[in-house]
Amino acid sequence: MSRLSELLAPRDDTQPWKGRYAHYDLVKEASIAVGIMALLAIVLSVLFSSPDDKPSTVAQWSRGTPVNFVTAATLELNGTSPTAEYGPPYNHNAAGQHAWFLRPQKWLAVSHPINTANDFVIDPLRTVSGDPTLRSAVAEYQAAPEKTKKAWGEAYAKPLEEYETAAEEKKTLPKTVTLDSTTDAVSVQVSGAGPVPRMMAGLLSLAQSGGLDGSLLTSKQFFQTDYTKPLLFMSDGGLLTERAEGQHLLGDQWGMMNETGSYPGQTWLWLYTVWYQVEPFKASQNADILVMLVMGLLSLLFICIPFIPIINRLPRWIPIYRLIWKEHYRSLAPTGRSGPSA
Amino acid sequence: MSAARPDPVRSSSWTVRVREAGVAALPPEKLLPDGQPTYVASWIYVFGVASIAALIVIIGSGVILSLKGPAWWHYTGIGHFINSVHLWAVELFFFVMVVHLWGKYWMAAWRGGRTRVWITGAVTFLVAVPTALTGYVSQQNFDAQWIATQAKDGLNSVGVGAFFNVTNFGQMYSYHVLLLPLAVVGLVAAHVLLVRRHGVVPPFELNERAAPLRSASPDSDSSAAGARS
Repeated sequence: MSRLSELLAPRDDTQPWKGRYAHYDLVKEASIAVGIMALLAIVLSVLFSSPDDKPSTVAQWSRGTPVNFVTAATLELNGTSPTAEYGPPYNHNAAGQHAWFLRPQKWLAVSHPINTANDFVIDPLRTVSGDPTLRSAVAEYQAAPEKTKKAWGEAYAKPLEEYETAAEEKKTLPKTVTLDSTTDAVSVQVSGAGPVPRMMAGLLSLAQSGGLDGSLLTSKQFFQTDYTKPLLFMSDGGLLTERAEGQHLLGDQWGMMNETGSYPGQTWLWLYTVWYQVEPFKASQNADILVMLVMGLLSLLFICIPFIPIINRLPRWIPIYRLIWKEHYRSLAPTGRSGPSA
Repeated sequence: MSAARPDPVRSSSWTVRVREAGVAALPPEKLLPDGQPTYVASWIYVFGVASIAALIVIIGSGVILSLKGPAWWHYTGIGHFINSVHLWAVELFFFVMVVHLWGKYWMAAWRGGRTRVWITGAVTFLVAVPTALTGYVSQQNFDAQWIATQAKDGLNSVGVGAFFNVTNFGQMYSYHVLLLPLAVVGLVAAHVLLVRRHGVVPPFELNERAAPLRSASPDSDSSAAGARS
């Protein structure tokens, strides 16, 4: 056998067992194992319980950080939020990530279409009744040319983004944006924003009342289990990230394998998580697809270990088997050598 | 007066053929052996059966959670406790399965026509990962919100997000309570049956070492040696 074929398919040194057998009760052992594992799980549950941090809602977000909400909503209206510029599977506004010639995100196209201006702002506002001013503001916005809409939206977004940046950098907050502490209403001193200020005031009011949560969820049908829209809207804001950072769940905090509180999370994702901490993945715009491809390749190699040269020889070369079959080799010690010839 | 039974060897019955093939591949003494080669004497062997035991606890606690619905555990003490058991059983499952996999690697347990045993075990681990992930995003709490919004990017980047939407609770719950557990249980069943058929991998250079020993087997077919995994 050539050296190459020996590496690919190591010599099969297993032969029919002619030695002794010991009594063994398979069913009894399995039953005891189930009992022990159940007991361990119960003891761990009694000692440590399990985490259950309440979910965030759009209502909480809009009440707790109204300026952040209005800023995010304005970006949704302008089509400049992370979701609006995501690309497939939500929209065609970007090509998505790629690695070399591989563009599966683009190839699989838009399967969950989201128009952030309509789905997150305009359609919910159209459900509000008894507010003719708001209704006319929405009608004015919809009737305007795209260029005008963009100018209005950008004019309104600019002071809000300046406010958010200053708040993030803990600098003096600009006075163009004010927050009414009693009503949690946001006022933006701006000209040339058309009906956008009225629309955003209406959306903030709808969100604070809890109506936007329902509106985002039940836009298609009464029974609904798809939380894509409210989750994407909230992830464009700062609330989820703020909570996640406090719980060490961000990507650069090894968050993928962490759990809220001090509980072990998906620790088996450690290898997946590690790539996001190192270059070139860390700074890459295509980090997700690169990491997924690396993990896909490693998973394939893991399955194919019996056929991978060197890797499939290591167990022969590194004598951990001596520990595993210690009793067996000890029983045979007087008969000769105590390990395989690699 | 009874009719003569058809010769099973020549039978055209699909049922008979399946039975014949099943019994030939796994006769009862192989399927449920009461003896084990003496080399099967290490704590590392415990982790295979421990993985299955943890999986049974996961399924048991998961069935209770399924019976009561996905929101139950959030507002009842007993529900929260069952959820805790489910969580910790999952943690135990992955822990013992990883130890089991490492143990089998250092035994080179794919030797002797056992590559399918290794492959089914490795694929089980890989399928268990999304099974757990769908559980995490089905929790209906902040953890689920955050994991869903983060996991979507990796899945979307390779196109999987087009048909596997982690922000769709209904879809993820279906995957978690039915589709992926079926896959895991099916893979584990195949893995165990393959272990039964091929037996526990013997130590290196077994033929040289076993020569002086005399057989005292309760089962004359040495390939039926496998009992533990």
